[in-house]
Amino acid sequence: MYDKPRFLAGGDKAFFIEFGNAVAPALQRRVQRLMLVIRNEKIPGLVEAIPTYRSLLIHYDPLQTSPKELRDRLESLEQRLEDSEFPKPTVTEIPAVYGGEYGPDLEFVAKHSGLTPEEVAQIHTSTTYLIYMLGFLPGQPYLGGMSSRIATPRLETPRTRVLRGSVGIAGNLTGIYAVESPGGWQIIGRTPIRLFNPHKEPPALLQAGNYVTFVRITPQEYTRIEEMVQQGTYKVKETPWCEG
Amino acid sequence: MEIFEVIQPGPLTTVQDLGRYGYQQYGVPVSGAMDNYALRVANLLVGNNEGEACLEITLLGLQLRVLKDTVVAITGADLSPMLNKSSLPMWEAVIVGRGDTISFPWPKRGCRSYLAVAGGIDVPKVMGSSSTHVKSHIGGLEGRPLCAGDYLKSGQARPTILGRRLPPQYVPEYQNQSELRVILGPQDDYFTEEGIHTFLCSEYTISIKADRMGYRLEGPRIEHKAGADIISDGIPLGAVQVPGDGLPIVLLADRQTTGGYTKVATVITVDVLKLAQAKPGDKVRFLQITEGEAHRFLKEYEQTIYTLKRWIRQSH
Repeated sequence: MYDKPRFLAGGDKAFFIEFGNAVAPALQRRVQRLMLVIRNEKIPGLVEAIPTYRSLLIHYDPLQTSPKELRDRLESLEQRLEDSEFPKPTVTEIPAVYGGEYGPDLEFVAKHSGLTPEEVAQIHTSTTYLIYMLGFLPGQPYLGGMSSRIATPRLETPRTRVLRGSVGIAGNLTGIYAVESPGGWQIIGRTPIRLFNPHKEPPALLQAGNYVTFVRITPQEYTRIEEMVQQGTYKVKETPWCEG
Repeated sequence: MEIFEVIQPGPLTTVQDLGRYGYQQYGVPVSGAMDNYALRVANLLVGNNEGEACLEITLLGLQLRVLKDTVVAITGADLSPMLNKSSLPMWEAVIVGRGDTISFPWPKRGCRSYLAVAGGIDVPKVMGSSSTHVKSHIGGLEGRPLCAGDYLKSGQARPTILGRRLPPQYVPEYQNQSELRVILGPQDDYFTEEGIHTFLCSEYTISIKADRMGYRLEGPRIEHKAGADIISDGIPLGAVQVPGDGLPIVLLADRQTTGGYTKVATVITVDVLKLAQAKPGDKVRFLQITEGEAHRFLKEYEQTIYTLKRWIRQSH
């Protein structure tokens, strides 16, 4: 973490406030807390912010505020972050079927890791993952904390179509495709729950700074949950996060 | 009320407004008109608020049947717009009648044309905006480009003045060669001095990989100090991303919200408009300016829009 946050140029309507140059939970927490403060403060001229691993991209309206004024304001808010109370993080349970048509690359990941498919699924479901950020496509979480034992490089040739809900591995990252898109991640499973719904507020199920775990389900349970999701009767399981 | 039937959609015609703000934190791209000057002016000419939904027509091919008498204005690229068999004047409020055909047979100048209709194109707003983002299937007509057989509705029209024409000094001239002014950063320190020099002193050609998401450029490679990968961060409009191959990509309306490649600079807001009307094969050069200078240009631009609004109010 830098001693003082750095401000970096982002054109004539945006700038970055950067706290460090690493992927680390402490940095993420700093970003997330400043984001929460910004949401509550309603700063004049601040249009929106994109929180990521170690920085926030601040979009502003130069006709309403000067960048200098805004940077000063953010700097002073940042210095007083310790004074504020923040909500406790939660853990969201993601039910997923591993292998078969749901996870066509599970076998490959197992072979690459010198494990059985069962062991890969077991390792993948035994970790609580930090949601570092949402980005790239709507509702897409970037998760940290996957065991290096199942780390596997991306596909050599990306698929032109990866189904919504697919759970994948790329290097030592794991993630979920929130919308259908092309992609090169190794797909090990699929969840029936929807991570992105444009008609809900907020539209994303997950929030940066919270956590997820994966729970293995059967194809029968997948079908049952999928129906409940469609009817709007499925309740995602969320519990408070406990450190350690 | 139904106002147009789509006979031919052309390669890419979408519903766009000024974009979707406040949701980038959830990974939702801004989208919106690539050329927001042309969209705002088209709306003002037909008596709409400047940010109503319009059709953005890419290069050619759109053909519409008019289902009800109304007023339209076409701005932006000159795609030789026709009303039945005669040419349809641009940058002007024009009456069209039931049974008429509006078509855009071939591109003459520029890349994207905007069609505003009195009352605006009426589609359900998603997250506060009518803009279509095709990749995430959001907004516009079911989150997709127009198809043959689609019916488009318009909202409640306000009184307008037929034949209202934009004074010629406000009609932009689109060039095949543009100078794009940039502010260096956020990752200009990831490039060698030589690399920055290459970026600022070379001519680049817009490649065929140029769409609403971004324009890939061809030309001299920009040298990194030690690699092109960064820890993913946010992407502003106009960001010039330089991946490992050293060739710049300017990221535009449909850009992804975050990315993991170095960004050498950001094209200033008013020059993103030039790029919106540039096509594969067109040439660009980058010129470094300061944040203060960019804000002066932005204020001049907004002053122009303000002047036009006042002119329209007074001409009532």
